Amino acid sequence: MTEAPLVSLASLDTLWFQVSGTLCNIACTHCFISCSPQNHSHEMMTLADVEERLDEARAIGVREYYFTGGEPFMNRDMIAILEKTLRQGPATVLTNGMLLPPAVCRKLKELFDASDYSLDIRISIDGFDRASHDAIRGPGVWDRVMTGIANLVAAGLNPVITVTTAAEGVETSEGRMRFLELMRTFGIDKPRLKVLSLFRIGAEEKRSRAYADWERLSSDMLETGDAGSLQCASGRMVTSRGVYVCPILIEEEGARMGDRLADAQRPFPLRYGACHTCWVDGVTCTT
Amino acid sequence: MRFAFIGGIYSNYWALRATLDDISRRGVDGVWFLGDLGAFGPHPDRIPELLIERGMPGIQGNYEESLSSRAEDCHCGYTDPRDSHYAQISYDYTFANTSDAHKDWMGTLPREIRFQAGGKRFLLVHGSPRRINEFLWRSTSPDPFLERLCVESEADVIVCTHTGLHWHRPLPGGRHVVNAGVIGRPANDGRTNVWFAVVEVNGGAVTAEFVPVEYDHRRLAGEMQKERLPGEFIETVLTGWWTTCLEVLPPKERAAGRF
Ligand code: SF4
Ligand code: SF4
Ligand SMILES: [Fe+2]
Repeated sequence: MTEAPLVSLASLDTLWFQVSGTLCNIACTHCFISCSPQNHSHEMMTLADVEERLDEARAIGVREYYFTGGEPFMNRDMIAILEKTLRQGPATVLTNGMLLPPAVCRKLKELFDASDYSLDIRISIDGFDRASHDAIRGPGVWDRVMTGIANLVAAGLNPVITVTTAAEGVETSEGRMRFLELMRTFGIDKPRLKVLSLFRIGAEEKRSRAYADWERLSSDMLETGDAGSLQCASGRMVTSRGVYVCPILIEEEGARMGDRLADAQRPFPLRYGACHTCWVDGVTCTT
Repeated sequence: MRFAFIGGIYSNYWALRATLDDISRRGVDGVWFLGDLGAFGPHPDRIPELLIERGMPGIQGNYEESLSSRAEDCHCGYTDPRDSHYAQISYDYTFANTSDAHKDWMGTLPREIRFQAGGKRFLLVHGSPRRINEFLWRSTSPDPFLERLCVESEADVIVCTHTGLHWHRPLPGGRHVVNAGVIGRPANDGRTNVWFAVVEVNGGAVTAEFVPVEYDHRRLAGEMQKERLPGEFIETVLTGWWTTCLEVLPPKERAAGRF
């Protein structure tokens, strides 16, 4: 096999935080990092952990911040973390939408209004109805997500709904229209929808299939496109265990680049199967 | 010294005429256009004609880059299918109605312009100093990031357009970024006027003023109707609310509009 191609960090624009580690209140069959209530491979981050990296990020001139997990709202410091972050840039939270009681939504709306910078909430839904969503996410989840969305809307926030291609047909324009209509029934009058492709790692590896050996990148393949559009060319991921190359590979020890952002500026070899999906599908996790 | 900057024109001939009248009434020390002469509106050839006639300097936008290289789309930078659908209608219409001579002229425009005034280094770009189609929205362009763009591009004042919404951010270190907005369509605020920017340097201090321009928008809408441009575009001209290209808006800017 040929040498894996190297991608340089052209500019650190997007900083991710694995803010609740790999801890999630549910365990989806397609989760690409196998998050669950028991997965402690990355731990919950504290406000102080996040602040240290935010200070570094401010000096570097990072453009935007993303918070994911696991489930970010399992982190008791989440509101404080967002408040701090929004003083220096826009923030997006990727949530399963289950832990959004009215009081939390009202607090989020206060942060939204108080900041010069945007605060975005992204909720993932799988499928067009309760049955398909719950088949992937677990019984009762759909109803709790609907409550979370209703609470956000009632507080005056307009979440982005992300849907994975596990929702059959959603990538076609009819599927899309159907989904936008569905969102209106959730009470969202300015629907914002993002369709994501799936990665065949973590739990998703068992649900569909693992990567084949040929699904690796070579330098020749990279010459046919713009490597600068890969997430690892403009972003990094911070977890309780240090700085990783991207949000996708945090379970690969080889993807850990150091303790601080300053340690994580060097080019990265695209030697993983997930890199193939990134490249071929043009995957991006940002909004 | 005072300078006027005209953002995206989007084939809005009547707004351009009204803007030029306003600028000559107030008297400035220089006027530049910032690219995206076409898109959205009718009869694209009228814009380069007028700009060439006046001898106005300016830079390429993603539209001029695409048209002059005979590309198949506008490289507007949209990622949502509905946004791209409407962007393609605009581009195909503009491509078909722009003369070859104008397309070639667009290719001769610079991608950036630099000058010094009042001890400040000005940099004029379409999207951002690093990408012709990067969106610099107010709510997603934090101070540390803008500071970095200024430092990396060796500029004290960056003037850009491309998003359609105007704003000015004085940075803690004394630098400035000004998004001049556009005169091609209203600013998604329920008002039919459009905006251009006047930047003044005075004894080391930089100030920016956004000037609202009223123009005969009904006349433009009538022409768009005759050219069978999408009803959604005409609605925007007549109401001041954006109906398309909404998905690129960050949540704060989206919340401020009607759709
Ligand atoms: S996909 Fe999201 S909600 Fe589901 S287990 Fe993984 S982190 Fe939790
Ligand atoms: S998984 Fe994607 S973002 Fe991560 S290193 Fe590979 S190509 Fe880059
Ligand atoms: Fe543009």
